[in-house]
Amino acid sequence: MNGSPFALLANNSVTAVMFKVMAALIPGIIAHAWFFGPGIWVSLLLCTVFAIGVEALILLMRGLPLKPFLSDGSVLVTAWLLALSLPTLAPWWLYAVGIIFAVLVAKQFYGGLGQNLFNPAMVGYAALIISFPVYMTQWPAPVGLADHSPTLLEAFDLVFAGQGSISPDAFTSATVLDTWKTQVKLGKPVEDILAQPMFGWGGGKGQEFVALMYLLGGLLMLSSRLITWHVPVAFLAGLAITAGGLHLLEPARHAGVLFHLLSGGAMLGAFFIATDPVTAASTPLGKLIYAGLAGFLTAIIRGFGGYPDGVAFAVLIANVCVPFIDAYTQPRVFGHRKAGK
Amino acid sequence: MISAILVMAGIGLALGAILGWASVRYRVEDDPLVEKIDAILPQTQCGQCGFPGCKPYAEAIAKGEADINKCPPGGADGVKRLAELLGVEAKPLGEGLEPKPKAIAVIDENTCIGCTLCVQACPVDAIIGAAKQMHTIIADQCTGCELCLPPCPVDCISMEVVKEDVANWKWRYPVHMMKREA
Amino acid sequence: MSRQLFTFNGGVHPEGHKAESNATPIRPMPLLPRYVVPLRQHIGAPARPLVQAGDAVLGGQMIGAPEGYVSTAAHAPTSGRVVAVAPHAVPHPSGLFDLCVVIEADGEDRSIDFQPLDWRKLDPSALRNRIREMGLAGLGGAVFPSYIKLNPSGQTLHTLILNGAECEPWITCDDRLMRERAAEIVLGIEVMAHTLGVKTILIGIEDNKPEALAAMGAAAPSGMEVVAVPTGYPGGGGKQLTYTLTGVETPTGGRSTDAGIQVFNVGTAYSLYRAVYLGEPLLSRVVTVTGHVANPGNFEARIGTPMTDLLAAAGGALDGADGEIVGGPMMGFDLMDQAAPVTKSVNCLIVKDPVRFPPRPTTLPCIRCGACARACPADLQPFEMYWFSRAKDFGKAQSYNLFDCIECGCCAYVCPSHIPLVDFFRFAKSEIWEREQEKHGADQARQRHEFKEFRLEREKREKAEKFARAAEKNKEAAATTTTDATADPDAEKKKAILQAALDRAKKAKEAVTPRNTDNLPPRVEKEIAEIEARRAQAEAKTESGEG
Repeated sequence: MNGSPFALLANNSVTAVMFKVMAALIPGIIAHAWFFGPGIWVSLLLCTVFAIGVEALILLMRGLPLKPFLSDGSVLVTAWLLALSLPTLAPWWLYAVGIIFAVLVAKQFYGGLGQNLFNPAMVGYAALIISFPVYMTQWPAPVGLADHSPTLLEAFDLVFAGQGSISPDAFTSATVLDTWKTQVKLGKPVEDILAQPMFGWGGGKGQEFVALMYLLGGLLMLSSRLITWHVPVAFLAGLAITAGGLHLLEPARHAGVLFHLLSGGAMLGAFFIATDPVTAASTPLGKLIYAGLAGFLTAIIRGFGGYPDGVAFAVLIANVCVPFIDAYTQPRVFGHRKAGK
Repeated sequence: MISAILVMAGIGLALGAILGWASVRYRVEDDPLVEKIDAILPQTQCGQCGFPGCKPYAEAIAKGEADINKCPPGGADGVKRLAELLGVEAKPLGEGLEPKPKAIAVIDENTCIGCTLCVQACPVDAIIGAAKQMHTIIADQCTGCELCLPPCPVDCISMEVVKEDVANWKWRYPVHMMKREA
Repeated sequence: MSRQLFTFNGGVHPEGHKAESNATPIRPMPLLPRYVVPLRQHIGAPARPLVQAGDAVLGGQMIGAPEGYVSTAAHAPTSGRVVAVAPHAVPHPSGLFDLCVVIEADGEDRSIDFQPLDWRKLDPSALRNRIREMGLAGLGGAVFPSYIKLNPSGQTLHTLILNGAECEPWITCDDRLMRERAAEIVLGIEVMAHTLGVKTILIGIEDNKPEALAAMGAAAPSGMEVVAVPTGYPGGGGKQLTYTLTGVETPTGGRSTDAGIQVFNVGTAYSLYRAVYLGEPLLSRVVTVTGHVANPGNFEARIGTPMTDLLAAAGGALDGADGEIVGGPMMGFDLMDQAAPVTKSVNCLIVKDPVRFPPRPTTLPCIRCGACARACPADLQPFEMYWFSRAKDFGKAQSYNLFDCIECGCCAYVCPSHIPLVDFFRFAKSEIWEREQEKHGADQARQRHEFKEFRLEREKREKAEKFARAAEKNKEAAATTTTDATADPDAEKKKAILQAALDRAKKAKEAVTPRNTDNLPPRVEKEIAEIEARRAQAEAKTESGEG
């Protein structure tokens, strides 16, 4: 027997939510393909296929129905976010391992949809960067800066047949965050570093535009009320304030705010990764604390840590704190006394 | 080497002192265990556990002389709460102890001869009536222990199961989750 | 004249579906051959039946007397004969039967003499008593006895709010009532304001009812303010409307009267008008019949009208009808049995069809998206309460303020995983209530058991003392006879003093120790009295039988 309400909001389902998130990713993906070549299509396709395969297998083993859980779309969002976080043109098994960590370990080991403590895509990313750091730092150089930009066919060839036919040096380079870090350590003057063509005008050539497209997608999600403003604003503010402070203190070592906001996974993290409702804090104040913490940690890891980008680790650490944050940020309930009175 | 040992010993002493102070400062004044156990028991005073009432059973549990699964009116839920309190594994009710639906005793007023035997048997004084007067059970206060049944010489007391009505009806646990595929 | 309105958090905007039923005037219902009047139509104790099968009744005659403080009366809707006082289907989510008076109409529709009340002259307490006897209860859905709400009981009230918001989709009975009978409603409001002694009177109506706003605005004298409130569910919830109009939050666990505000439904004001000006008890109410029926609209239905007849009046359900909802789609419940009658709380009957009321889609796990928390007008975190209710961890559920939930259904309405959240909250609430009752019962049983043991112990001791004293006496008697000559006159005196002290102590003890029938709640006392009466009757019978 079901009680009231008998009316339900129309066209409202987990599937709808997930597909809207994926739609909001599309501008960023197109920009990515435009600036870094068609490799992204290969990694998106691979991650999607692997993710559906792993999810279906686990659902079968757990004796759960396939249709509702596969069609909820959550595994696709995880797959896409992981694909967008990984370098393209890496060997196929790298994506497979990442998906296994994301879907099997981070999601299904914890009980599946809605039960996971950690952001699945970020768990996959973290597992890979710890296990295979070399592959994880070989990113395709922006189109126009590389000696050679692989075509779609060549991309498939690279991913499946390995990198024998074309030398990776021909099309890959370190990311701007990585380059900044190593060159600052070597004592290169900041002006010289930023003068290199790969740094573009803000956050790395091509990347800055991709980041803006993620921002656009994020604003679309905000306007359609898929997410609230709290997480992205607090994340970007946490990142900007911390990075800005460090830059003011030591401009020779720490890059500026704009560079931090537009490079690496900052925008993707602020709007698409930290906002994952399952693993994020849920109260308004909690979201501010959680995302602010993630943004702060991102800047700290970028500035002092051993890894070039800090979004994944920052989000995972913030995920750990979520139950605590939620417990202490419960909003005042209607009719309860206002605090301090 | 010596300094390391001294430092470690010093830390140990300091921590020990803090712990000792904290245990005195933040001592929790507890209810005695018997009271806590008694608070969980349903107070039917029915004696099905083999003890003359809930309190004696609670005392026996506290002393470790009785198992926690001897109380049918408390049901599986009661056993679970006792297990949580005592930090032991919950277990099913003991042999031959079955929880029954909640019932109350009803006296057939036409058969009752007013012998007061049931009045004396009732552990919670829920039966009123004097000698040679018919007795009646105060339904609100009857715990359904059935202790009044055996003493009645004319078998005029029967147990009536409490029926579900609009006033005591409860919302059921919603059946909604996806079923596992067979 | 614009008033500052406050906006409560949360809420949803479901499709209104008001047009289906609000276009036609309120229709009267024909006299039916049979009425079923439940004795439990209000919050509180059910009414005590005053009639038996076979009795003749007149319309307006009291057939159920209020029992206890929170209770109100029930009346015969027409003249006829009582055919049964027995359990019968009632509109309740459980589908269980409840005690009803079934009346067969004689077709003459004769009534008792209705005596209008001179409310301005009548003592407020007498007026409230009359209203209690007339069976008035809140018609907005909570059916709280009106006479209690009309009693300021020591509190100073400053504001009276009339709830004409009618925020639930589909329902239009208050809308039609305000359009057609605004003047009568206003008269009822005057009586309320007089009884409560309030200064401010606000009539809150959602701005999707321009006709009702206009009609009420035209009828309201100066001193009554008709306020258009923004349309949105649950804007007509008592707490929400109070907040919207005054910015006052009803304190948790309390009532709006704690803040000096009383809230009535406009329908209740209308029934108060009939009670005071026409002297007529609550015999009928306006019910919306809508949804998948031939001829939707509003009907003036007598209390006790079977739902089958109500449906027939609306032209009957159309093909493909798929059950009925009593109340609105957000807070109503499935009608289990069409034989159930209209009660004071039934404001709407919706016939479902699979298109507008599709079955709930498969439930998926909660993704903690927080949509429910944003929709919650009580600022709760429904997904946390759901989590603990589902796990039957009721203590935790309560610590997330489960009992501040008004069961408005906004959370379940917006849930992308289609979780029946409110069902879980209702389940958890009724489990917690039961546990509290059991705990209370167990505590009482423990006290009574301990007292009984103490009493037995005392009786034993007293018996032993008596024996001991008797033995002493015998011994002394023996001693006195032998040692009479050497008797110490002082010793005798001392003994007497001692004995007197003992007696005093014993008497004092007897005085302070209650008997097992002392200190009973009045209800049990009455039960005992009834039982004694029954006994006396039975004894008289046996005696007369013997003699």
